[in-house]
Amino acid sequence: MLEGWVRIPSGCAIAGIINQNGQAFSGEMIARAMTVMHDRSNGLGGGFAGYGIYPEMKEAYAFHVLAQDKTGISQVDELFKENFTVILKEPLPTRRTAGVAGTPFLMRYFLQPQKENADADQLVAATTLQINKHIGGTFVLSGAKNMGVFKGVGYPEDIAAFFRLDEYKGYLWTGHGRFPTNTPGWWGGAHPFSLLDVTLVHNGEISSYGANRRYLESQGYHMTLQTDSEAIAYACDFLHRRHQLPWEIIAKVFAPPHWWEIDRMPAEERELAVALRRTYGSLLMNGPFSIIVGFAGGMMALNDRLKLRSLVAAQNEEWVFVASEEAAIRAVCPEPESVWYPKGGEAVIQLVKENVECHAA
Amino acid sequence: MQTQLIDACGLHYQSLNAYIRKAAGNGFQHYTLRNVNGQRFIGAGLSRSIRITIHGTPGNNLAAMLDGAHIEVFGNAQDGVGNTMNDGRVIIHGNASDTVGYGMRGGEIYIRGRVGCRVGIHMKAGLEKSPVIVVGGSAGDFLGEYMAGGCIVLLGENLTPAESVGKYIGTGMHGGTIYIRGEVPRDRLSQEVKVEYVRFEEDVKLQECLEPFAKAFAETFRFTEAFSKITPVGHRPFGSLYAH
Repeated sequence: MLEGWVRIPSGCAIAGIINQNGQAFSGEMIARAMTVMHDRSNGLGGGFAGYGIYPEMKEAYAFHVLAQDKTGISQVDELFKENFTVILKEPLPTRRTAGVAGTPFLMRYFLQPQKENADADQLVAATTLQINKHIGGTFVLSGAKNMGVFKGVGYPEDIAAFFRLDEYKGYLWTGHGRFPTNTPGWWGGAHPFSLLDVTLVHNGEISSYGANRRYLESQGYHMTLQTDSEAIAYACDFLHRRHQLPWEIIAKVFAPPHWWEIDRMPAEERELAVALRRTYGSLLMNGPFSIIVGFAGGMMALNDRLKLRSLVAAQNEEWVFVASEEAAIRAVCPEPESVWYPKGGEAVIQLVKENVECHAA
Repeated sequence: MQTQLIDACGLHYQSLNAYIRKAAGNGFQHYTLRNVNGQRFIGAGLSRSIRITIHGTPGNNLAAMLDGAHIEVFGNAQDGVGNTMNDGRVIIHGNASDTVGYGMRGGEIYIRGRVGCRVGIHMKAGLEKSPVIVVGGSAGDFLGEYMAGGCIVLLGENLTPAESVGKYIGTGMHGGTIYIRGEVPRDRLSQEVKVEYVRFEEDVKLQECLEPFAKAFAETFRFTEAFSKITPVGHRPFGSLYAH
């Protein structure tokens, strides 16, 4: 039976775990949380983002690249040589796993920009978008310092085993189990989506995709991964890196208060809300969504303003958890100190404490 | 009566529910489930005289289409508790998240703690049955959305009404009643509802809803403030929306 011929009642699964003290923990933990939500996915996409996973190489840009054929890899090699020194190139470690088939070529690079004074982040972002757009069948899973994305076609727990997540340690992990509804299930289309250190896992759909996409394209972002979720990742990069907006404000761009609420705000607050809607109205994300944005040093979880998808948060000592289901949190933290249900448009933003040295930012 | 003890640790929901249904068919009526974590549809469709006690975090759609059974949860429940429930009783000692009582048409749900969004969405009553949901703590947005019948009571323990309720209460509501302890700020209510204030001692329906709740959690009530009683303005809130 082919996808689309049979209805499987399901929805995507997302989860995020952060240690505020910046202590690294095994990727096995996020895999265990995702396993509990197995039935939210249908085996057509699973993926993870880990932060702080390459401490020995934390000054280099780590690139995870997938290619359908070796020509793609050679083209990527050529492109990297133009602007970067390749410190290390190796196959991304994997293990044979039942339930993961049709594996593309998966490579890992550690790169150093050749020109020291140039805007390295801009160069890395441009290189990422260039590979995705111009090298056929070849896509960047992630390209940033001290982090990486691991994703593919399969259930999340199988993808975790395949990429040997238990062998990595990071201070922040996010995970996604996919139930593709409108677009194909393929390796590049699995979540997380990333640009530089920003990663995005998403449950839902963006009905404002057309408007969001047009705006982002006018700002130099090209949608190549055949899903609406990709647009949110680029919108995060645009607002956070290029426009330097804090995450609290970005949440208000994606899920702004309604006009009737703005009308009732105190003058100063109203002025800000109106300015954001006027300036970034094209990045308002309509439609049902719960998302977790990962970035160097923290994460943000957010629901659409009408709260049309599941999201639960919990805290225990220096740990903060967010997930589609409470059971996912309890699988790795049986008795959290607090559990709460964020309201629509109410962001959960959790940063690593400032004085700890674990992230690249 | 013998109680079946089931360790649900690592059990898939289909195995767990199939086991309960089979045992129920063989005449077992009491079940205690331990180490429940995320298993969906527990108790789905089970009828009268079945009793299930759950320790842990039952998964989505607990007591879906419940048809008379009694379920008690020592822990938090997830989304969709009592989805399309027809009859029976669900008691939750912790919280529940979104869409409690989705399309519920009969039976009772008592929740000691907080609830998420869209509680009582599409709840309805018929000639013989009228569903009841009572929540001890706070509720998220869209309480009683498209509500067509039955009764929701929100007690908001230790909270002011502004803290205990979300926005858009009774959006699209066209039947039934929502009681909320204290005076709910007008801007939290949808345009489809009206509000009046009643005292607990004078409202028989409210007392009837709270009596089993008090019993389930061994509570005694003494309310100093009035309840906001929220009812729909009309039976067809969107009747003229698309008529030109």
